[in-house]
Amino acid sequence: MSGAGLAGNEELLAEQGAQQGSARQLLRRFRAHRLAFASTIVLLVLLVVCFGADWIAPFPQGKQDLLLGPTPPSLEHLLGTDELGRDFLSEILYAGRISLAIGLFVALLSTFVGTALGAVAGYVGGTPGELLMRITDLFLIVPAIALLAVIVQGLGPSPVTIVFALTALGWTYIARVVRAQVLSLREKDFIEAARGIGASNLRIIVSHLLPNLAGVLAVGMSLAVASAIIAESTLSFLGFGVQSPQTSWGSMLSQAAGYVGTPQVYLLYFPGLFILVTVLAVNFIGDGLRDALDPQGKHL
Amino acid sequence: MFTFIIRRVLYSIPVILVASFVLFWAVRSTFDPLAKLRQAHDPSVIQREIERLGLDRSIVEQYFLWLKAFVTGDWGTSSRTGSPVFQLIGEALWPTAQLAFWGLLVAVVIAGAVSVYSAVRRYSLGDNLLTGASYLGIAMPAFWFGLILIQTFAVWPKEQFGLAEPPLYFVGLHSPGESGFNLDYLRHLVLPVAALMIALVATWSRFGRAAMLDALSSDYVRTARAKGVPRRQIIWRHAVRNSLAPFVTVVALDAAVLIGGLVVTEQIFAIPGMGRLFLDSLVAGDVFVLLPWMIVVAIAVVICNLLADIGYALLDPRVRLR
Repeated sequence: MSGAGLAGNEELLAEQGAQQGSARQLLRRFRAHRLAFASTIVLLVLLVVCFGADWIAPFPQGKQDLLLGPTPPSLEHLLGTDELGRDFLSEILYAGRISLAIGLFVALLSTFVGTALGAVAGYVGGTPGELLMRITDLFLIVPAIALLAVIVQGLGPSPVTIVFALTALGWTYIARVVRAQVLSLREKDFIEAARGIGASNLRIIVSHLLPNLAGVLAVGMSLAVASAIIAESTLSFLGFGVQSPQTSWGSMLSQAAGYVGTPQVYLLYFPGLFILVTVLAVNFIGDGLRDALDPQGKHL
Repeated sequence: MFTFIIRRVLYSIPVILVASFVLFWAVRSTFDPLAKLRQAHDPSVIQREIERLGLDRSIVEQYFLWLKAFVTGDWGTSSRTGSPVFQLIGEALWPTAQLAFWGLLVAVVIAGAVSVYSAVRRYSLGDNLLTGASYLGIAMPAFWFGLILIQTFAVWPKEQFGLAEPPLYFVGLHSPGESGFNLDYLRHLVLPVAALMIALVATWSRFGRAAMLDALSSDYVRTARAKGVPRRQIIWRHAVRNSLAPFVTVVALDAAVLIGGLVVTEQIFAIPGMGRLFLDSLVAGDVFVLLPWMIVVAIAVVICNLLADIGYALLDPRVRLR
């Protein structure tokens, strides 16, 4: 957007309702965070190439070329081929669908559950709120990766059970943050005012509290995406992740572990780099959103 | 101080009891403790096990039956190896404790040093590089980092320079026939400790930097500066001391994360500790090991949290009054 366009927007902004104005302002503040803006583009590209892999990937999924065998990166196979002669770039793009889908689903579900429970616990306060916090405490006592492995192994490893297990553990963090935020917000004057004019509890929570939680939720969600993708890869490495013939970046990495010490060690680097870039991008987006959504503009 | 400690210890007991019940319930409802026996097709054996474990009774009764045996030291036998669970866990604890000790020590020293440096030299080239490195450390799977370390510092130099032995080992904690604290032990430790601590150092140094910056911008530091206290003294005697309490708390609260990291690290470097015991038992569906394993780990984490509280009270007298 050019400078003139920006100025034009500001005039528009003055004329239009505050709702739309704040959305534009938000976008502008987000764009000011250059790293976050670049990360958004990177993440969008990753989403397009992975979910559009059927059209974009240079080779179909699982296409073997046994005569070719393992080859280092070349012009024809940008990231080389594995021992079955499969094009590694294509395999990574197909695998990315499951990794990214797990990350996004877990973030959405755990944000939804965590926000609902956290908001109610914070708003109601008292014993129910305390009880919820004691429950979230319990989740911190046993290492998450051990609990995840037990749940996934108990239910049978599949992308669905992995999403379920990650959500079952992931909601607690968001619930804690949301509760803390609601506890401080509910004492504010504008909530008092809403109560004074007779707004129902549900209305106060939905239209007065939730919009003020946007900042913490944006950060919480981006953290959830990032940690879900890493947790999925770790589960796969330990043997409790996505099972063949389905593949994820984690399961590709755990297979590539066998290439350490062989000439095909380059196969170890690529899936990990995709995870690294995705998680970095998501974290930067979270930082940018936090800065853009924080009304006071102060943060650590 | 004494009553403070007693109060915290007493508070930990119900936490462990409730946690153990939840874990018991979760494991019982997802795993069949008789899975292995059912293959033997001997109804009388199965019936005896059902009675011994109380599987025909309610989950609460089953739990108390199990708890009574657990507290009296009767941890049962592993369905995978047939050896007593108490002995299995006892043997697995030692390698894990060594790895945890070194990992924690090195991680705290590095994270502490990075925190102080980054806060004092805020926005310098060094601070920015360290910030970038911590973003990378948080964003990559620790096992991937461990595998890259093996390739880079063990496999590659051995091949490149035609060495008989890799400069750093990546299997176990000792070479066959070696034991004790020696060069062989250190050559085994470097890579697992590095893989274990990377994520911890990345998060702790970010936190420590923020805590240090907080302290450096406080009123007492400004006062100290105004009355001409030397810079070195301000940093170490005022700022570091005051950011120590929150730093220690974060470190201790990450005990569960550290143990999770140990599970992964032991798997990468084939170290026969608690992590390997857990994974082997889980694959075999050996609930007789899984449950005590999780309780032992939960107790360890609760003790760490307890130590965090006590450490905080020692470092910051204000909380003792609460």
